[in-house]
Amino acid sequence: MIEAILLSVITAATPLLIAAMGELVAERSGVLNLGVEGMMVVGAVAAFAVAKETGSPYAGILAAALIGALMAALFAILTVWFVTNQVATGLALTLFGLGVAGMIGEAYVGFPGVSLGAVAIPVLSDLPIVGRVLFDQDPLFYFSILLTAGVAWFLFYSRAGLRLRAVGDRPEAAHALGLHVNRVRTLAVLFGGVCAGIAGAQLTLVYTPQWVENITAGRGWIALALVVFASWRPFRVLAGAYLFGAVTIAQFHVQAIGVNVPSQLLSALPYLATILVLVLIASNRRFTRVNTPAALGQPFVPDR
Amino acid sequence: MSEDTLLETRGLTKVFGSLRACDEVSLSLGTGEIVALLGENGAGKSTLVKQLFGALQPDEGEILWRGAPVVMAEPAVARHLGIGMVHQHFSLFEAFTAAENIALGLPDEPMKGLAERARETSRAYGLPLDPYALVADLSVGERQRIEIVRCLLQNPTLVIMDEPTSVLTPQEVDRLFVTLRKLKAEGRTVLYISHKLEEVRALCDRAIVMRAGRLVAEADPKTETAASLAAAMVGGEVPAVRHRAPPPAEAVPALDIAALNTPAEHQFGVSLADISLTVRAGEVVGIAGMAGNGQAELFDCLSGEIATVDGRLQIFGVSAERLGVDGRRALGAAFVPEERLGHGAVPGFDLAENVLLSRHRREDGTVTAGGLLRRGRARRIMRRVVERMDVRSSGDNPPARALSGGNLQKFVVGRELDRAPRLLVINQPTWGVDAGAAANIRQALIDLAATGAGVVAISQDLDELFEIADRIAVIAGGRLSPPEPAATMTREAIGILMGGVHEPADAAPGGETLAT
Amino acid sequence: MRLELERRPRIAWWAELGAPLIALAMTVVIGAILFAALGHPPLRALHAYFIEPLSEIWSLHELTIKAAPLIIIAVGLSVCFRSNNWNIGAEGQFVLGAIFASALPILWPSAAGAWVLPAMLLLGMLGGALWAAIPALLKNRFGTNEILVSLMLVYVAGLFLDWLVRGPFRNPEGYNFPESRNFGADAILPEIISTGIYGGRANYGIVVALIVAVIVWFMLARTLRGFEITITGASPRAARFAGFDSKRTTLFAFLFCGALAGLAGTVEVTGAIGQLRPSISPGYGFTAIIVAFLGRLNPLAIVVAGFVLALSYLGGEATQISLGLTDEITRVFQGVLLFAVLASDTLIRYRVRLTRPHYAAKETAR
Repeated sequence: MIEAILLSVITAATPLLIAAMGELVAERSGVLNLGVEGMMVVGAVAAFAVAKETGSPYAGILAAALIGALMAALFAILTVWFVTNQVATGLALTLFGLGVAGMIGEAYVGFPGVSLGAVAIPVLSDLPIVGRVLFDQDPLFYFSILLTAGVAWFLFYSRAGLRLRAVGDRPEAAHALGLHVNRVRTLAVLFGGVCAGIAGAQLTLVYTPQWVENITAGRGWIALALVVFASWRPFRVLAGAYLFGAVTIAQFHVQAIGVNVPSQLLSALPYLATILVLVLIASNRRFTRVNTPAALGQPFVPDR
Repeated sequence: MSEDTLLETRGLTKVFGSLRACDEVSLSLGTGEIVALLGENGAGKSTLVKQLFGALQPDEGEILWRGAPVVMAEPAVARHLGIGMVHQHFSLFEAFTAAENIALGLPDEPMKGLAERARETSRAYGLPLDPYALVADLSVGERQRIEIVRCLLQNPTLVIMDEPTSVLTPQEVDRLFVTLRKLKAEGRTVLYISHKLEEVRALCDRAIVMRAGRLVAEADPKTETAASLAAAMVGGEVPAVRHRAPPPAEAVPALDIAALNTPAEHQFGVSLADISLTVRAGEVVGIAGMAGNGQAELFDCLSGEIATVDGRLQIFGVSAERLGVDGRRALGAAFVPEERLGHGAVPGFDLAENVLLSRHRREDGTVTAGGLLRRGRARRIMRRVVERMDVRSSGDNPPARALSGGNLQKFVVGRELDRAPRLLVINQPTWGVDAGAAANIRQALIDLAATGAGVVAISQDLDELFEIADRIAVIAGGRLSPPEPAATMTREAIGILMGGVHEPADAAPGGETLAT
Repeated sequence: MRLELERRPRIAWWAELGAPLIALAMTVVIGAILFAALGHPPLRALHAYFIEPLSEIWSLHELTIKAAPLIIIAVGLSVCFRSNNWNIGAEGQFVLGAIFASALPILWPSAAGAWVLPAMLLLGMLGGALWAAIPALLKNRFGTNEILVSLMLVYVAGLFLDWLVRGPFRNPEGYNFPESRNFGADAILPEIISTGIYGGRANYGIVVALIVAVIVWFMLARTLRGFEITITGASPRAARFAGFDSKRTTLFAFLFCGALAGLAGTVEVTGAIGQLRPSISPGYGFTAIIVAFLGRLNPLAIVVAGFVLALSYLGGEATQISLGLTDEITRVFQGVLLFAVLASDTLIRYRVRLTRPHYAAKETAR
């Protein structure tokens, strides 16, 4: 029972973690991409379709990463090079993505999909409890953990990460030092798109191997909230993702136990929890201020 | 071209729209000399230097390095040649450490051990620095050291310094000069940009003067007088400010503050501690200090943009602690902040709308009882201000953004003077304004005081304060010294007060040793 | 190659007017390419999408029914966005407005008289304003991100509505269908022309929308309050210097916008629908964001933009019928349109140039 719960928490947390990690990198470079939901949903449908047509879930993941990058490229061209309003452009990306996903997905509604199977790690997976939970998982779970560690190392121990943070902190100063602000930001946004696409793939290949409209159900937005919650630190994103995974899974188990609560209230729990968490984090200023990228949301135009 | 010519430009030209910011500039820099580049704000010094450093591309002309033509496609090219630059507005990241900042500027240096190398270099040149300190916690002088150390770590043959002393205390300036002379002794060339003539005379071997984008004079600063250099810079005599008698000691206080405390507004802000000051009607009180010592906070506190929670603040005897900006304006106060675009004026709004910014009370006649705007009246005030202050712009009612810095400052000052205030608080009255306009603004402040108004002028420019102030106080680390009569105050005394309590790195072990 | 932007010191009036038109043209071109890619003759498809819905009386009526909520919400959003308050939860405020308004005829079915409808409109505005107050108060008190909070509340509002129509508000004579009882005649927004050859379903919602647009235009252009809203968004620091309290402005903008979104929700349930259902909006609250930007945050221009986006809904339905395409194409079009609007906005604010700096420098150096 506990094992089953832990497994389902992990499955619910992984897409949030991957999407949020990509957004964290984009935001650290100073770009707020509110289109995570849109990139994710397009990634989800692309993964489902390609996996179904080719029979390979890995081809599906690749397709999701590519289309996520494509969506992000559209966003980057507009916000980074054409300095459009990032909030509005992100919303447009989400609307656009939901529409595109709906169009592509129409032909796939109701069909069973391809499932990404678990890959057991030898020896480790034989450990009691944790073995099954942590080392006999789908590859995207392993990816999400490595991604977190990799992003953390990149941001705080590599020169490229230092540059990326500099660009998000004071783009004018970074430019004066000869850094290519807009190139760095474009790459960061593309990385965010790849991650969002893969997060979407997890939904249709692991979480529920089928296509239903609006399969993301606001997860892209929750991923955005996670980045704020984590005050732009990778391992706090990990903690936050698992917290939200637990909240999501809790609703099913509360119903299973037979507690008499309207199902709508339980469905609203993740959203209400998001608001609560945002309030708790925002009211602790010191926690957020130190890490907030100072130029978040501000386009950069070099003077002449 | 002589044997030891390091860098030469031929007919360097850069055009922005209709402005020839750099107009056929030809100059040469020899090895091992300190050359001053003089000129007013807007004379084209920065544009010229940016081209030498690869931050701007010339439209015409060429640059020769050791006799060979080079294209500075980007700053990295200049860096590889051996050109180092110390910027006026530091390209530092407050949330990062000194070492991280240095690593960012030196892409070719391995990050490992960089902090230690920075510490060694800083000691060798008498510029003590803690590489692990967060930039946000450092004083302006210490921040400049990071820039200089970063530049020196590249072992440059040409060091360009853009107005390095504008942020330093007189004592720090002396120390910087020691460093620069050491560089010269090592055979390096220094291009020293400044408009402080006395410094140039003390330090430089040669002076090049720019005006309106052109090279207009070359001189030996040792044989010129400050006045003759000034005349070359401005292209004529700058009118001296007319003085007036100081107010009687028993004049009523226009502004009276006591025991004012405010916490820092944001993470990197300064908190004000125990500020007391009395400004009499008819008096100009100057507040000196280096940037970032609480000037902005003091201004916000006086204007009411930061609520007064702890302390006394009276305007002509009326308690104003609980009043916001509008309420203080109603008592006859007026305010001119340091930042023109985005604080004193809205960039995208036209001038008439910017009149409404500080004048939207019913008494101003620009708003009806029902809260409707009377734009015609605002426009009339705008025209009056433009005429009185000689604000120059294209078009009748342009957006604030379209004005040059000096003209916008004249407009903002004029907008407040037009209200005939009884108290004026002004932060950096002539920052980035050309000499002619600066003289006009200073004169306007003195004339205002002559009408019986109290004036508080916060400025980093000591010359300016000595020119207009009756009394001078110094702000350092959020504390204000008691004001002293300007006539009896010396630069040295002010310098010591400016250094105040804010020199933590000097206390570091080995800080003062000069490795010569 | 490098993209260089140079801010224009001032923007000509014709550019300001032309930008949305350029955006529309860009959208049509992209639409044609999209239709061609889907294997439909582009011109015929564009005709089906953009022209056919305008060629019949009944569809013109439908156009006003769709335009009214879009305009009312977008006008409210213009107040929010101008003051730099990113309320993207208008969809939720729309739903709450509808719920508050519907509570009257549902809980008190025998209520009758001319007062019922105005009371419902007021209740709807109250509901929307209360829902919008949440992100505003949290932003003011804790500094919480209003984008995320207002958006989360959209999901919560949708689930709340779902619970109501399946529970307390369900029609007792409705055979367990998840919908409320039909509103009485006094709780229905009347039709403008109900009979004759020009008759149709169009109700007075569009009149309400036009009145709201004119009032808000006047407020923004001619009053001190409008100045306060605009300056708070343009330059928060300057607004503080002017003596305006940004928290007060935030609360005002959200309450105002929420009230209008609630009004739009009321117009929808009292006009087009006549009862509460689990789903009462095809995403009006989100589409209105596009309307607001297409109208460049000017309430009068928003009226025109509202009709354009209303047409995009009808066009989606029309192509679904005539070409067998999914109506998801509506959302694609709307997204593309918003992209185009934002990009064209940059074109009028900046001079855009493609340059090759390196070569240029080398040529002159030789």
